[in-house]
Amino acid sequence: MKEVTFKIDGRDCKAEKGQNLIEAAKQNGIFIPTLCYFKHLNPLGSCRVCTVKQNGRTIAGCTVSIDDGMDIEVNTPELLDARKAILEMMFVEGNHFCPSCEKSGDCQMQNLGYETGIRYTRFPHLFVDRIVDARPERIVVNQNRCIKCKRCIEEVITNDGYKVFNFTNRGNQTLVSVDYEQEAKLSESQAEHAMHICPTGSILVKGKSFGKPFGDRQFDNSNANKNIPLTDIKKHKTTNLKKKRIATTSLAGCFGCHMSLLDIDLGILDVIELVEFNKSPLTDIKKFSDRCDIGLIEGGCCNTDNIEVLREFRKNCDVLVSVGECAIWGGLPAIRNTVPLEECLREAYLDSLTSEEDETVIPNHEDIPKILNKVYSNHEVVKIDYHIPGCPPNANHIWNVVKNILFEEEYSISYPEFKYD
Amino acid sequence: MKRSSLLPVLWGFQQKHGYISNNTITEIAKKLNVSKIEIEGVVTFYHFLHSKPTGKYIIYLNNSIVSEFKGFNQVKSAFEKETGGTFGIYDKNPMFSLFETSCIGLSDKEPAALINSSPFTNLTPKKVSSLINHLKGGGKLTDIEDNPTSKIQYKPTEDKTIFFRNYSLGNTITKLKHLKPNEVLKEIEKADVSGRGGAFFPTATKWQYSKNSATNKKYIICNADEGEPGTFKDKALLNYAPGLVLEGMVTAAYVSGAQKGIIYLRAEYNYLVPKIEKTINKFYTNGFLGKNIANIKNFNFDIEVFLGAGAYVCGAETALIESLEGKRGEPRIRKYFPTHIGYNNKSTIVNNVETLALAARVIELGSNFFQKIGTSKSKGTKLLSVSGDVAKPGIYEVEWGTSINQLISMEMAQATAPNYVQISGPSGECINKNEFHRKISKEDLACGGSIMIFNKYRSIIQIIENFTHFFKTESCGSCTPCRAGNQILIEKIKKIKKGIASSEDLNQIKELGEIMKLTSRCGLGQYAANTFISAIDKFQEYFNLKVFVCEEDCNIEFDMEAAVFEYDNIIQSTQN
Repeated sequence: MKEVTFKIDGRDCKAEKGQNLIEAAKQNGIFIPTLCYFKHLNPLGSCRVCTVKQNGRTIAGCTVSIDDGMDIEVNTPELLDARKAILEMMFVEGNHFCPSCEKSGDCQMQNLGYETGIRYTRFPHLFVDRIVDARPERIVVNQNRCIKCKRCIEEVITNDGYKVFNFTNRGNQTLVSVDYEQEAKLSESQAEHAMHICPTGSILVKGKSFGKPFGDRQFDNSNANKNIPLTDIKKHKTTNLKKKRIATTSLAGCFGCHMSLLDIDLGILDVIELVEFNKSPLTDIKKFSDRCDIGLIEGGCCNTDNIEVLREFRKNCDVLVSVGECAIWGGLPAIRNTVPLEECLREAYLDSLTSEEDETVIPNHEDIPKILNKVYSNHEVVKIDYHIPGCPPNANHIWNVVKNILFEEEYSISYPEFKYD
Repeated sequence: MKRSSLLPVLWGFQQKHGYISNNTITEIAKKLNVSKIEIEGVVTFYHFLHSKPTGKYIIYLNNSIVSEFKGFNQVKSAFEKETGGTFGIYDKNPMFSLFETSCIGLSDKEPAALINSSPFTNLTPKKVSSLINHLKGGGKLTDIEDNPTSKIQYKPTEDKTIFFRNYSLGNTITKLKHLKPNEVLKEIEKADVSGRGGAFFPTATKWQYSKNSATNKKYIICNADEGEPGTFKDKALLNYAPGLVLEGMVTAAYVSGAQKGIIYLRAEYNYLVPKIEKTINKFYTNGFLGKNIANIKNFNFDIEVFLGAGAYVCGAETALIESLEGKRGEPRIRKYFPTHIGYNNKSTIVNNVETLALAARVIELGSNFFQKIGTSKSKGTKLLSVSGDVAKPGIYEVEWGTSINQLISMEMAQATAPNYVQISGPSGECINKNEFHRKISKEDLACGGSIMIFNKYRSIIQIIENFTHFFKTESCGSCTPCRAGNQILIEKIKKIKKGIASSEDLNQIKELGEIMKLTSRCGLGQYAANTFISAIDKFQEYFNLKVFVCEEDCNIEFDMEAAVFEYDNIIQSTQN
């Protein structure tokens, strides 16, 4: 094969003529993120995460064959943002509850989320009700997590040459459906192969799980030596107070983020020297007695009380930070968002195993808060200045952000401290 | 059975049984040696194929924006009331099934519906009542169907008319004998023929590519899948002079060396099939199709009609080819031109109906004829489908360079209080009052054919919502930005309609639109947000009344009342 020269972001590169751009870039030390791309498959061009510019025109990078003199743009601000936006679209389109997902830590899409630094999505989560199909013999397909990359459609073929997966429907109803008859022909190892090529946790094999503990999973320590800069943080206006004031609260959360907050061990003693806590479950101060420099919010909003507390925090804090998945987009409580409220309440209070007919009611009283139609993320309710992802977020992550905001120190966190689970 | 005959076979079952049963799918999958899910994938992709039983009469009511403004909702409820059915539900009613459908090419006579394949136009609740009663009483569908012919409202003077002048059989084909393929190409190039579906790709170049291709078989495909809402000019052309389109195909075949032509006709125009097939037969009897056409030795070419099955995206040429091959109509990745690798991996020319008719006229009239008509960069005339708030909706053949002001004037369409004009359908662009001086031409408003005119009383956000909903359902679903992007836009529109959106939301819509444009796989996704983002700037005053305007640190509005509405209702209905 003939060797040709081409340019990536202005840099001279060499590759074989006709070679796939993703591979050619890799050989030249340039990483182009992909999800649907698979070296041995025909390029699919479906996920669009690898979007690049070829001679000024955008195209899916995986569909480009190298030719002499090509001018490719990969890491321009515009393309970096577009790639991030596409990933964000995938997160909001499906229902990706990382903390409760078997594939968390081994999930390529999640890892790309880390690499592109998605703290929260700029788009609203759609919470479409999707099915989990457990009818197949060996596998379970969880449509909540499917990103329609088509890998399984192209790759998983029975020994006698039949497709096991295919698209059905179209538009926003498009699904990757299973052919039950063909699926039954798969061997255990073929089924596991399907599970492994799925870039998310959509295809699982019954009885198999990703058994590795936290810390040992595929992407737990990737980029361990690299740091994520804490940029775009709203800087706090310095006041003359001796000690900075912090307020915290837990809305529709589990207090796990607060536990994590305390998880800096002895470091907490240093912190106490520099800051004081105002309204917070840690101090049990119920009302704001002073204006605070920073408010840390755990949990999203599932009832009217959450909304009121959150609004009060916005009023009394200079900088407001959403801490943890629930605060950022609803998190686990938002699993109910795909189910109508009435069904949820009926199941919980009227039709449950322990409820007796006509004996139980759905709790309601003027003194108790009303349940909202869905769980809202905090930034849908008030302006939020920063987001710290994780379930719970790593203690260092939280404190580094706080220190950055209050004292303008600690400008980064390490990659393994940035997680969605 | 060949895979490429899958769609016709499915159509056969659909028409005979009203749906495609599980058993049928199993049978077909066996015959084609593919897994069942592949066939299910095809069946569920197309709007006119059903996998659950339907009634004797399937009613497809058009939900395009023109229909919405002309009484769609009243007609919809009238259908539900008269038939006892619900739209979009398979309710086992043996007589009627009700579905909404995207534009059916009758925008000049809205609200319009198809019942099975028969057109019904200018519907009113009263008309719905009488036609349903007629059907319930055992009356025949064809006895009461309406004429779908669109009125030709305007054409230029005789010396400038190109499409709607007299057509006589063979005027083009007989000229081919005296021209070499290269001379034909030169004529096409000189007359500046370009893709009239809206992309305006130079036709001569396309034909040249296919001519140069070395594949042993070649195809000419006439793209008669005009699905862009508000367009019906191809329907009018096929109705006025189907022969002209056929002659264009024969001309293309003469140049490229193709031996087979296919007219991909959208399912909505099923009623045109008899007329087109009659014309094809006439061509065969006159020696203009078949072997040694027009006595040109070894010039053999056949044409057949292929019926689509309801999918807007199949208007995109590579999706159309996939559909012809019996697959889901997903556009191919942009790697090869169809003239290089097309239908069945052979070199394929896909041209719009109007383009082919124009090519035929170029050979018939000579390229010099076109030089005096139009503007310096756009030669000849353009067919427009005009609809909306005008006294004279219908087909207009206008000289390139005609301004919107002229088009809406008393001499032409007679618009009342026009405020918003949509050029080239939802995937095109919108213009406001200050731009009505702009001219329909390749250098200014390059219009594919659809012109929708709305008066100042029409809600712009309703127009945008209708368009976005259209793209959301018609997206093929295979790439992320188009599939998810349109859903996100719908959420934003809901927010604007609730009155809790800020100017920050409008900025986000623009950003999202740009990303969809940048990263979508085909034109559908690339242009889906186009109208929305341009409308935000062009109708700024309108949008400023809809959202609260803020600079930095926008306040977030949260509608607590709406959020607890459901809970309050549940409590009220369960505590008695």
